[in-house]
Amino acid sequence: MAERYDVLIVGAGPAGLAAARAAAAAGARVGLLDAQAHAGGQVWRHDVDHRATGLARRRLAFVQAHPGVDWLASSTVVAAAGGKLLVEDPHAARWLDYGALVLATGAHELLLPFPGWTLPGVTGAGGLQALAKQGWPLAGRRVVVAGSGPLLLAAAASIRRHGGHVAGIHEQAGHDDLRGFVRGLWRWPGKILQAAALRARLAGVPYHGDSVVVAAHGDDRLREIEVEGPRGRRRLACDQLAVGYGLVPEVRLAGLLGCRLEPAGAHQRVWVDDMQRTSLANVYATGETCGIGGRDCALAEGAIAGHAAAGRTPPAAWQRRRHHARAFAAHLARHFALAERVRRLAQPDTIVCRCEDAPMRALDSYSDARAAKLATRAGMGACQGRICGSALAALGRFPSGSHRPPLFPARLDTLGDTDFT
Amino acid sequence: MSGQVQFVIDGETFRVKAGISVAAALAAAGRPFRRSPNGQPRAPLCGMGVCFECRVRIDGVAQQRACMVPVRDGMTVDSDG
Repeated sequence: MAERYDVLIVGAGPAGLAAARAAAAAGARVGLLDAQAHAGGQVWRHDVDHRATGLARRRLAFVQAHPGVDWLASSTVVAAAGGKLLVEDPHAARWLDYGALVLATGAHELLLPFPGWTLPGVTGAGGLQALAKQGWPLAGRRVVVAGSGPLLLAAAASIRRHGGHVAGIHEQAGHDDLRGFVRGLWRWPGKILQAAALRARLAGVPYHGDSVVVAAHGDDRLREIEVEGPRGRRRLACDQLAVGYGLVPEVRLAGLLGCRLEPAGAHQRVWVDDMQRTSLANVYATGETCGIGGRDCALAEGAIAGHAAAGRTPPAAWQRRRHHARAFAAHLARHFALAERVRRLAQPDTIVCRCEDAPMRALDSYSDARAAKLATRAGMGACQGRICGSALAALGRFPSGSHRPPLFPARLDTLGDTDFT
Repeated sequence: MSGQVQFVIDGETFRVKAGISVAAALAAAGRPFRRSPNGQPRAPLCGMGVCFECRVRIDGVAQQRACMVPVRDGMTVDSDG
């Protein structure tokens, strides 16, 4: 028989933690699951060298101590059927039943192909931040951070904190956009403080606008990168390149369930109303999966979803915070839009599907992702098109595709009793 | 010594800090990750369980994401994923 929760929450980042706190406080029996071994998501990711502080520590402590919350670590949703979720952990698979479901699946980083991006030593920007917090060795390593958005500053600060030497930050947005972003910040005083604190932690690290990494070079690992900025191209020696172009809402589970999705730039987000209800009864979505909004937005929407899923009316203050945070996200998206040259970095022989080694040129004669996949195997590997699918959508090649089970590669014994029809 | 774990990568024994991910443990030990279908060396990309570039075999179970699994004492890791 399937275990049943009043409120089942998928994803234990700030949005999922806020939802768990609100629902548990309202008396609901809550199941909170995450694919990671520790709660916190990406923003509050467990750090093997540094303890969580402030709000992160309090929120993590609340769900761990509250008797109404079951914390289900290292648990991945593989499939959904009949109003239940099939969840696999390292030991077993089981069906979980729920009164209400809250999707807090977050986002993944937009990683765009360019010559040399498959070399060991090239990672995402948030990617290297995540690896560093899990003990990836950075002491004495020379690291270049590149791509787009304020995440680059946060990643650079984490890299430095873990002993990496940050040689520079290269932001693709031009100087006019960066100035416009800073000029509009007065509406969010908290963000000015955050930015100032980050700048202090990054004292001495050069920040270059209008600057794009166009190639990585090396033999069996990264040795050098080529950067194109306002003064032309130059080569820089480095051990690690941390490059990410922002975030993409993780909507696969919502799409599989049949929640209405809507366009979010080149990608998709989950449609919700002001109570975080999706188009499906008793299914809520919150935070980045509803469009990239950042931590404050996730906290507000998580609280709203948690209250609503437990049958309570959310306090109005959370709605105000939500609007304020969403307005900041719009301001950010406006000023860090991807430049056209970033979309043209991949050359015909640049690998785009890293799982199957399919080069860009192999996709040229296809206009939809499914035809290309069947002919070239692009998107058919272990990541199931998560990396190349998002990249190709951002490059304007194929729109984001459909969502089919299993959502992640699963063990055969997990799939054994599952009917996917 | 406390705070350390001993584990085996491709038949060779290493000691690393306890609590770090298998991905970090491989990097700390200076060991390679998988090779692509064309034989290119690869290493972790996304750090958060999305890209599967860090996949390894752990205690005989294939296709484990090394960035998602904390290293444990006595663990056996094979880089052929």
